Amino acid sequence: MKEFFSKYIALRKHNAQVAIKKAKRSKMCYAFLAPFAILFFAFYVLPVITSIYFSFTYYNILESPRFIGLNNYINLILQDDVFLIGVKNTFMIAVITGPLGYIASFLFAWLINELPRWIRSVAVIIFYAPSIAGTCYMIFSMFFRGDAYGIVNNKLMEIGIIDTPIMWLITPKYMLPVCMLVILWMSLGTGFLSFVAGLQGIDRSQYEAGYMDGIKNRWQELWYITLPGMRPMLMFGAVMSITQSFGVCDVTMQLCGYPSTDYAARTIVTHLFDYGYTRFDMGYACAIATILFLMMILCNKAIQSLLRRVGT
Amino acid sequence: MSKKIKEVKEKEYHKKLIKRRKPNRSIAGDILLYIFLAFVAFIMAVPIIYAVSNALKPLDELFKFPPRLLPLNPTTDNFSDLFVTMGKSWVSFTRYLFNTVFITFVGTAGHLLVASMGAFVLAKYEFPGAPLFFKIVTVAMMFTGYVTAIPNYLILNKLGWIDTYWAIIIPAIASPMGLFLMKQFMEGLPTSLIEAAKIDGATEWRVFRQIVLPNVKPAWMTLIIFSVQRLWNDPAATFIYSEEKKTLVYAMSQIQGGGIARTGQGAAVMVVMMVVPISIFIFSESQILETMASSGLKD
Repeated sequence: MKEFFSKYIALRKHNAQVAIKKAKRSKMCYAFLAPFAILFFAFYVLPVITSIYFSFTYYNILESPRFIGLNNYINLILQDDVFLIGVKNTFMIAVITGPLGYIASFLFAWLINELPRWIRSVAVIIFYAPSIAGTCYMIFSMFFRGDAYGIVNNKLMEIGIIDTPIMWLITPKYMLPVCMLVILWMSLGTGFLSFVAGLQGIDRSQYEAGYMDGIKNRWQELWYITLPGMRPMLMFGAVMSITQSFGVCDVTMQLCGYPSTDYAARTIVTHLFDYGYTRFDMGYACAIATILFLMMILCNKAIQSLLRRVGT
Repeated sequence: MSKKIKEVKEKEYHKKLIKRRKPNRSIAGDILLYIFLAFVAFIMAVPIIYAVSNALKPLDELFKFPPRLLPLNPTTDNFSDLFVTMGKSWVSFTRYLFNTVFITFVGTAGHLLVASMGAFVLAKYEFPGAPLFFKIVTVAMMFTGYVTAIPNYLILNKLGWIDTYWAIIIPAIASPMGLFLMKQFMEGLPTSLIEAAKIDGATEWRVFRQIVLPNVKPAWMTLIIFSVQRLWNDPAATFIYSEEKKTLVYAMSQIQGGGIARTGQGAAVMVVMMVVPISIFIFSESQILETMASSGLKD
């Protein structure tokens, strides 16, 4: 046993020495990477670590942080009803718009794949435009205006489904569905582009080979040839759409107000803003951020292991 | 004899295959598909069309009953009103414009340079720590900026960068998405190209500047559009207090929030804000798609 350990340590030592030697020889590489690495650690890695640290403290910027253990988390889960509403809303939005947006991204990318080149370009622009149109989603507050001047109310009254205008963005019952609709409209984003490009990259001869092997229709072709060939893009798209659907806040804040009626459109991120920027309870806000961080990472890992099984 | 027939048959089969470039497709299915796609595309475009048409409506049409999708007498009054309002603001319109353009330009240029330098060595060299670093970058793509918003504020505060342009520019330079896309794209670059240059005695910096950078132009466009889209739409209200350093989006959203009388101008604001990213995308669409082809997450 002792011998084994000493051998193991010797091996480790040797490996480390080799690594150091290699590192010395590739100084140039580190020099190239350094500018990005320093900024990346300062503004992406360090914040996560400080966020976890501050989540165990009471910190209001004016006084220095005071260690209070798990109190922030206990308060969040046991006493903060508004946070639980936020979690529920975020999950509702993520569970509904996340997969739907993801499937829609893939479906449309797949459907426009066979169009002639210039029509495809136009289609890509039309589908992708909403997600980069800045504050264009604000137009939905005109669609869903609470009085008869709103287009949706107007049309519904014309057909006779309703006889008084519905206050879409103030009634808690309708707030989340309207937001989901808007988020879905914007959901053909980076993942969609990745799918379009990935589909173009699949070798045509594979389809012909599949045809010879007895693939009968486009659905079989999709499952047996297209999807397995697209797995890396599917992973990338999944990361994008999970990240987006957990980080929802702009749409709900702009459309339903902040704070919204009965907190019906509160999400985890708006709760975070509320405590961080309005009440300056940084410790508490960091606890919320840490929970959100863990949720995103876990969800991503789960989805990735699921996607590994596609088409096998 | 029989051999010959077989050959002919095979040739016919080939011909058929070449003629029908898409096996497994029925005409009826194709037509249904086109109709469906046109319908969805129309629905996707309606809000944008409505936003543009609202900006072209004269004030009385904006409040007309019943509401109409398209304007009857399109005017550009809203846009000229917008410029009048902006001209009357305490900080001049050109200052807001300068702020946004400065932040967008410096942030994007910095991001492009720093990310492609990092991506170059990650893609083309092997050195200890590289795979680990890249893994951390891909994990960083999995959480949004909101998770890091508050500690970022504290860090920027410590550095004394709050209320300067750097508070927005510097974090944007290290955006993990850009490095990821650039690295994936550079991996497709033939290594022999770099080796040949090295044999000719070029230094790494020269290889990077004269061989790698000109060959990854499609990836530039992609990084540019993601970065511009992010910086152009950044209201930056939490990091910048002084009015004269605020961005165009912030100033515009103030106008948008100006109540009923500003409805027309608000609509014009929307159009102005979306025109820039969308038109960049239209011009660079094919290059962006070329980059995205290598965007897959391999594990």
